[in-house]
Amino acid sequence: MATPFPLKIVTPHGLAFDGEVTILVVRTTEGYAGIMKGHTNYMAAIDVGKLTVSLPDKEKRIGAVSGGFVSVVDGKAVVSAITFEWAEEIDVERAKAAKDKAESLLAIKESENDEKVARAKLRRALNRIDIGSVGR
Amino acid sequence: MAGTNMKDIRLRIKSVESTMQITKAMELVASSKLRKARERLDRARPFFDLVYETMTGISASNKEFGSVFIRERPVKKALYVVIAGDRGLAGGYNANVLKHAAAVMEGQEAIVAPLGKKSVDYFTRHGYEILEAPEQTVEAISLDDCFLFAEMLCKGFRNGDFDEVYFVYSGFKTMLSQEPAARKVLPLSFEKPETGKAINYTVYDPSSEEVFDLVAPQYLAGLLYGAICESFASEQGARRTAMESATDNAQEMIGNLNLMYNRARQSAITQEITEIVSGANALS
Repeated sequence: MATPFPLKIVTPHGLAFDGEVTILVVRTTEGYAGIMKGHTNYMAAIDVGKLTVSLPDKEKRIGAVSGGFVSVVDGKAVVSAITFEWAEEIDVERAKAAKDKAESLLAIKESENDEKVARAKLRRALNRIDIGSVGR
Repeated sequence: MAGTNMKDIRLRIKSVESTMQITKAMELVASSKLRKARERLDRARPFFDLVYETMTGISASNKEFGSVFIRERPVKKALYVVIAGDRGLAGGYNANVLKHAAAVMEGQEAIVAPLGKKSVDYFTRHGYEILEAPEQTVEAISLDDCFLFAEMLCKGFRNGDFDEVYFVYSGFKTMLSQEPAARKVLPLSFEKPETGKAINYTVYDPSSEEVFDLVAPQYLAGLLYGAICESFASEQGARRTAMESATDNAQEMIGNLNLMYNRARQSAITQEITEIVSGANALS
């Protein structure tokens, strides 16, 4: 049985999670990183993707995360993400609407910059749809 | 004769009263918006503090560290992000920050990225070179827009479109006083932490430079968001003060007008009595 360690998930909209977990898995720019108690000091940038934590009572929680970084300092893990939502909090309808909007923006393709922005939006929307519809 | 005067004064009192209702309402709206702006800033602060800590940590742990965002280079062109309000009736708020911006930019080759309708109007009218932000209405700017805009700034900076970036905004000192300020944000600079603390065995994945470059736009977004929230709070503070004094002035005016009205009424009555008495006297 894995020993728990403290984790904080901070976003610009406030503190999303503050408590003990046994395993944290998050998708960094280099791939999925799993963190358990005793991890060395660590820091990596987070990509758009899934975040999974295992709570001490063996329950698993899944969330959609984008941007920011994950760090471990002296055994304390911190995820500071630009956006973070637990799967059960995701409004799938809204995410679908965002996806449609991004797709229609991509279809017009006004400038290179717009295209990049729309593509990033689409990725985030797809990620939220994925996690929101599977994670419940 | 006296009757028309009385009517005039009454009309005047009515119009001042309705103006006072408006200024009173604006004062209340400004106070509540001010409170909300401060709450927003407080909620976002822990995240951006963390980002700042991280960046300081990286720049301290790595001696030969040479990110584009840190290196100083000869300045050919500077970008000024000028944050003002969307609406007037806020005392000297808009004028102060715009004047300050114009003074700081004087004699320099500058590009302006105006935020806030008043700022956009001002710089378009004066023929400055303009960089359009994704969202130019201060009240509608969300965190997402800040991240987007920061991305844009970092890209422009990396491409050499400009060599320095400044934010010109209004610092929120107290409810009563706001001060325009200019702050250099790119290239980034960090305080060097005292030696001894710098020993750090953190593993960066993939490398500290890359993490730094990925985090830098987020840090910038944080600074931008902070500056916008502070400016917005300042605007509401300035408006609240302006509207408070307008309400006070209206009250005083109504007092004076009431006095005048009563005097006119009194003299009208006196005149009428005199007329009746003299008429009665003439008959007898």
